[in-house]
Amino acid sequence: MIELRDIVKRYVLGEEVVLALAGVDLFIGRNEYVALIGPSGSGKSTLMNLIGCLDTPTEGRYILNGRDTSSLSEDELAEVRNREIGFVFQSFHLLPRQTALQNVMQPLVYRRMPPAERRARAVRALQKVGLGDRLDHRPNQLSGGQRQRVAVARALVGEPSILLADEPTGNLDSRTSAEIMALFDDLHAQGQTVVVITHEPDIAAHCRRTIRVLDGRIVEDAQNPARAA
Amino acid sequence: MKARLLRVNSLSVIGEAFNAALASLNAHRLRSFLTTLGILIGTMAVIAVVSVLQGFSESISNQFSDLGSNTLTLRAVNEQENFRSGRINRLSFDDVDVLRYKVAGIERVSPVITAQLGVTSYRGRTATPQILGATEEAQDVLGVETTIGRFLTGSDERSGRRVVVIGTDVRDELRLPRDPVGEYLLIGREWFRVVGLLEKRGEIFGFSQDNRLFIPFSVARALTGTFERPSMEVSFTITDLTQVAQVRERAERAVRLARKIAPGKPADFEIRAADSFVQRFNQITATATAVLAGIVGISLLVGGIGIMNIMLVSVTERTREIGILKALGATRQDILIQFLLEAALLSLLGGLIGIVLGLLAGMGIAALIPNFPPAHVPIPVMIAAAGFSALVGVVFGIAPASKAAKLDPIEALRYE
Repeated sequence: MIELRDIVKRYVLGEEVVLALAGVDLFIGRNEYVALIGPSGSGKSTLMNLIGCLDTPTEGRYILNGRDTSSLSEDELAEVRNREIGFVFQSFHLLPRQTALQNVMQPLVYRRMPPAERRARAVRALQKVGLGDRLDHRPNQLSGGQRQRVAVARALVGEPSILLADEPTGNLDSRTSAEIMALFDDLHAQGQTVVVITHEPDIAAHCRRTIRVLDGRIVEDAQNPARAA
Repeated sequence: MKARLLRVNSLSVIGEAFNAALASLNAHRLRSFLTTLGILIGTMAVIAVVSVLQGFSESISNQFSDLGSNTLTLRAVNEQENFRSGRINRLSFDDVDVLRYKVAGIERVSPVITAQLGVTSYRGRTATPQILGATEEAQDVLGVETTIGRFLTGSDERSGRRVVVIGTDVRDELRLPRDPVGEYLLIGREWFRVVGLLEKRGEIFGFSQDNRLFIPFSVARALTGTFERPSMEVSFTITDLTQVAQVRERAERAVRLARKIAPGKPADFEIRAADSFVQRFNQITATATAVLAGIVGISLLVGGIGIMNIMLVSVTERTREIGILKALGATRQDILIQFLLEAALLSLLGGLIGIVLGLLAGMGIAALIPNFPPAHVPIPVMIAAAGFSALVGVVFGIAPASKAAKLDPIEALRYE
């Protein structure tokens, strides 16, 4: 369902042209659990932005669920993000003035969903991540782990085809990190496709497949030994 | 596929953006207030001044409304020179007869003499009201009403009765009883019996309309002397309202003839509609309002620039938030609408507060100036002021909102 064909991404930085991705071919199927690893500057963030439809490739084709997204307009990409991608960010990226519930409802606003249905689905998503009793808390009234759970609920509320997590445990202590990864393991077990961008081997070890990016290319693509859940 | 992607913004999205805009304004209450202060003061100024002007204008119109537009007034015109040389030009009694008998289309003729008879006194107290000699027609033509007793009658006129109808100021100044009918006043060297009390009319430009009294025209004429031409005006009503211009022209020609003014020479009299004063006043009010609108336009422009400035700051501050919304699927239109609504709301709030404060200020000003009519603002003006302030927000919100809408989601998410 994620199919990257010979993707090249070039940036112009001042007078310099930076080659962020130098020909990437990748296929990720339904219900895979993938870790994208690599040092900073390797191009893994660029790859994540492309998979998340925040950006389009300079060359090559990106086919998401059978649809070529390489040439979509900005607003068309916005709709694809809204329906197909659930983002989880390193620094949570919650809206500070809104409650947990309002944060989770936000993606459904852009889907033109009636408020009652929006609310019902957001409540279910928050219950799913174990925050059914924190609906009206604002981000600053929640712990780091709870904030990231809200972010996960927000990512899941629209039932996206991919949960795309960018260093989801980067701002969390090891115990909370383990909790979040356990949540990801659960979601994967329930059939969710999960892609995690990380530089921590511990985190990558949760995934079934590890893709290593270096200098804008995929240098390693390995299946992990199955773990006990 | 494109058609499916072109989504129409439903009401619920606008409602959501409205809530978000309110929340964001509420989060920076002081800043929001200071930002909209320009709009607030502009709107307040316009509402205050309009309320005072409108109250004034309405009171003038009301005071003149009893003088119908079918009433014309003939009066003598004097150049500055006439006053210096002492050869003051006046109307003659013949002019009255010309209007009465020689001009078709005139309903009633009411000549009024301003008589200089001297002091008016009652039991040793004295006053100097305006002494007017009038016929019974004055009641209809000038719209004079009595609250106690009666007005002058045709019989008073024919028999030359020494009777007087007085204004309320005269009664109060001379300390006549509340019902002064039957009392005797000394006007000049003649005794007059009070037969009626005029309805109170209030003031125009601070001049009381109640410090006057009416005596029969024939009596005034006799007492001012046969040789001297008294100061006189003739008001007359027209039978058919649609014929005002024609009757006026006929009257002008007849009076020219009677006064032996050679063709082509300027007339030494004028015939004016009684409400031309109201019209002139309304012109002044309209001019003042236009000038005011210009000043308010400038102040709203300045206020609008203030809003644009703060909205630009706000967009920069919320860059990351915009990035998040875009990652969640907000289109450029979604972001645009949210920021436009925020600017419009900010400006509208300023406008609404300004309207309320402006009304209070107008009432305060009207109350502080003695004898000033109460302030009054027509509802449409308030609606227009509110609408205009919201419009200012939208216009000056366009630049910041489109800046927000155009942000690149990746850059915006990375913004610290």
